[in-house]
Amino acid sequence: MATLSSNLLFIAFILYLVATLFFGGSIKAKKDLNDTKTTNKWGKIAVFLTIVGFVSQLGYFITRWIAAGHAPVSNMFEFTTFFGMALVGAFIVIYFIYRTTLLGLFTMPVAILVIAYASMFPRDISPLIPALQSYWLHIHVTTAAIGEAILAISFAAGLIYLVKVIDQTKPSKRTFWLEVVMFALVVVIGFVAVSSIFSGVGYHEKFNWTDKHGNEDVMEYTMPALTGPHKAELLTEGGFQPLVEMPAIINAKKLNTVIWSLLAGGVLYSLIRLIIRKRIAAALKPLVKNIKLDFVDEISYRSVLIGFPVFTLGALVFAMIWAQVAWSRFWGWDPKEVWALITWLFYAAFLHLRLSKGWHGEKSAWLAVIGFVIIMFNLVAVNLVIAGLHSYAGS
Amino acid sequence: MKDVKCECGHVNPHGTVLCEACGKILDEEENKNHLLDMRYEGSARRSQTYNKTIIDKIWNFFSSVKVGVWLIVITLIASILGTILPQEMYIDLPPEVYYQQEYGWFGKLYYQLGFHDLYGSWWYLLLIALIGISLVICSLDRVVPLYKALKAQRVTRHEGFLKRQRIFGVNHHIDDNDLAIVKQHLLQKHYHVREENGDLLAEKGRFSRWGPYVNHVGLIIFLFGGMLRFVPGMYVNENLWIREGETAVVPETGEQFYLQNNQFILQHYDKDKNKTFEKALERAGDVVKNYQSNVVLYKRSGKKIPGETPKLKKVKEYKVRVNHPLTFDGYSVYQASFRSEMNAMTFALTNKKTKKPVGELKINLLNPKEKYDLGNGYTVEILNYFPDFEFAKNGEPSTKSRVPNNPAFVFRMFTPEKPKGETSFVAIRQTIEPFGNNTYKMAFKGIDTKNVSGLIVRKDSSLWVIILGGILFMIGVVQGAYWNHRRIWVQHKNGEVWIAAHTNKNWYGLKREIERVLENTKLDLPKDQFQNEQTDKEGA
Ligand code: HEM
Repeated sequence: MATLSSNLLFIAFILYLVATLFFGGSIKAKKDLNDTKTTNKWGKIAVFLTIVGFVSQLGYFITRWIAAGHAPVSNMFEFTTFFGMALVGAFIVIYFIYRTTLLGLFTMPVAILVIAYASMFPRDISPLIPALQSYWLHIHVTTAAIGEAILAISFAAGLIYLVKVIDQTKPSKRTFWLEVVMFALVVVIGFVAVSSIFSGVGYHEKFNWTDKHGNEDVMEYTMPALTGPHKAELLTEGGFQPLVEMPAIINAKKLNTVIWSLLAGGVLYSLIRLIIRKRIAAALKPLVKNIKLDFVDEISYRSVLIGFPVFTLGALVFAMIWAQVAWSRFWGWDPKEVWALITWLFYAAFLHLRLSKGWHGEKSAWLAVIGFVIIMFNLVAVNLVIAGLHSYAGS
Repeated sequence: MKDVKCECGHVNPHGTVLCEACGKILDEEENKNHLLDMRYEGSARRSQTYNKTIIDKIWNFFSSVKVGVWLIVITLIASILGTILPQEMYIDLPPEVYYQQEYGWFGKLYYQLGFHDLYGSWWYLLLIALIGISLVICSLDRVVPLYKALKAQRVTRHEGFLKRQRIFGVNHHIDDNDLAIVKQHLLQKHYHVREENGDLLAEKGRFSRWGPYVNHVGLIIFLFGGMLRFVPGMYVNENLWIREGETAVVPETGEQFYLQNNQFILQHYDKDKNKTFEKALERAGDVVKNYQSNVVLYKRSGKKIPGETPKLKKVKEYKVRVNHPLTFDGYSVYQASFRSEMNAMTFALTNKKTKKPVGELKINLLNPKEKYDLGNGYTVEILNYFPDFEFAKNGEPSTKSRVPNNPAFVFRMFTPEKPKGETSFVAIRQTIEPFGNNTYKMAFKGIDTKNVSGLIVRKDSSLWVIILGGILFMIGVVQGAYWNHRRIWVQHKNGEVWIAAHTNKNWYGLKREIERVLENTKLDLPKDQFQNEQTDKEGA
């Protein structure tokens, strides 16, 4: 069952990749995108592949659930994969409201990156500690992920808006920040690339090190240590000697991964720039030339409107119910909880700015980008860096 | 202040921008705009009308969405600060030590700024209170005039009103048949259609306009529920430790309820039995599967008489596990933690030379006997007992607490060889013979441990208020987000048919709906004037 499950996920992943190519084709092949009632052949194939991929991933989810005996949303790999699936699902729903394949061209790569990122974490089926043995937990986590996924669609639409509206002929603050977003997406590819390469060749090295309390311990690296742990002493013969040693309060191993990802992302990004000879956002511009600005703006706003209640229900209401049952208090100011609150406050501010201050169009698109950054921060940094009750420790 | 009478005859309250009935522009300022600002139907909001007294100023301050958004953003940023380092409740050292020790100067600063208890700080609570006030005033400022304006609206609208709607179109050919078809379609689409002098007003989803106010009321109730916690008696949160086999009174129940802990169970996942988890368990080591206390709940029957053991009536047996609290009478008992405690120690009175034990004794550490008779003339007396032994500052043996964490004894051993007895001080891994060499010793044989369940007793009478607030909030957001208020006007003006439409959100959906409504008629689709304006600006 577990093998079947991983195969289904793999199939889904490949299908998403192929679907993205077809989405690209559908834009190239079609002249008038505002004719929203008809999708051309490329687009139809792309949507079909997306749906088949989604069903395949649903198969992964169900079979893994059966194998594990609990809903597979209990560690970093499982949760992040589910988020990717929800993103695809949210796209499918929004597609059938607005019928624009361009949204697919921007959403699917994000979903693919999310799933690829997820796969870099340990994929073993893990048992649940007592606090996690609750169906409220599963309802909470899945609803929250679906809400975040719908909100992420507004990011994709916002990105389309920005790519279209920002003048790329001369560099400005706007071109810079939009390019930062593109670079960040490339860094994720960088992370996936270095992680896969080093785990592909089975890279390992061990260090003796001393933590901040003066205890000695062994730390194992799966990438060559650019930043070594405090008082590092290389144990592996022929291992890579760290370039710099970190003080004890910094997690040198995680920092090392971040540096490697940035390096790989930087190299990749430079290569892309060398080939296309302009900003990535500038290269994407022709793709969006036929879409109307207020149409993507509306999609972006609409996804926030649909996503906000779902997010509230999942990330706050169900979370509180579970916390009340598991920990006897519905709110405990745990970092993960606080970041859910922050996300919620942010989107509340977003809605008010739009409604009352008339922040439409570009401002709203930037807000959608920031919202997605907050969601990703909550998913990645809070889980891995700011340890709390929720952090999937170690994995 | 005077009310304003419109040319249509409707009397509007002072400050009205658009006549509530016909929509004629009453405020010259608004005349300058190409499209009308329809947000509150141009109704007379207190905050836009009065600005004289202090009360006006306070009202206007809090009713401003700009202020509301600032409050939300400041709260958001403050909340971020609190997640940089762990909050006080998640650390197990005194904060004045912890932050500096773990995070150096930064930690010290964090602590000095009071960020270690950020969410309990007065200014954080103040921020939330301000949001609450803003919510109340902001909602009141808008909901009443909005309600009145929507109620007073008439079917026939002023030309200026129709022309300045975002969606607007003019048809020169009039065909009454077309109008009948349009009406038919509108009814099919569940519009509420009103007709006056051959003019149509089709409206649906007006209730969604109340969504924000419903959700704000929900939020206010939620915040109010949170405040109730500070009212004495509304909120109970006590730790309760019960040893296996013992019964304890449940705190804060007025000694009404008693809980007996029969057994504490700790289970781990077994990687040989759970093949699915084998790999994960190899990586992670021991993983706990279950914490459980098997308890019996009793209720006292009859009056409480001091000094007498109360009569208890069994209420129920329950297995308290994480995620499965025991609930009764508004109280909930949660499995929170456990510890293992020494319960009894066994010694053998042994002849040091022959190494032959002459008898064994088991000492109950919670309630040791003074004297243990081992028969054949062997007895052991306990002269002194230190359950939680330490050497006090003056060098004397003493005890830190009454919990047997580190028991130590002063024994006097009476044997046929030494009928006067020998004294021995015995602690864990330590024996002192204060009066020289003894013939006998108390040889350590074993320890019995007992588990102590750590339970939390919780009663939260404010919970239902919070639940009510949460439900209302959810209803409100869904109401405001998943439905929209759409209006379509089809009216005769100057021998033409004018079509105008407005929605509070989802224009795309409205436009598609108008397409359907006008199907099979010769009427032209009205234009989106906002989009035209935009494309003008883009110059494309
Ligand atoms: C965390 C607190 C708040 C939350 C979660 C919240 C939530 C919402 C939501 C979901 C809407 C509907 C938005 C839409 O449909 O696009 C809304 C509307 C609104 N909110 Fe809030 N709100 C909050 C605080 C405030 C505050 C402090 C104010 C006052 C300054 C305020 C004033 C308004 C106004 C004026 C509207 C528009 C009502 C209308 O157009 O009929 N809100 N709010």
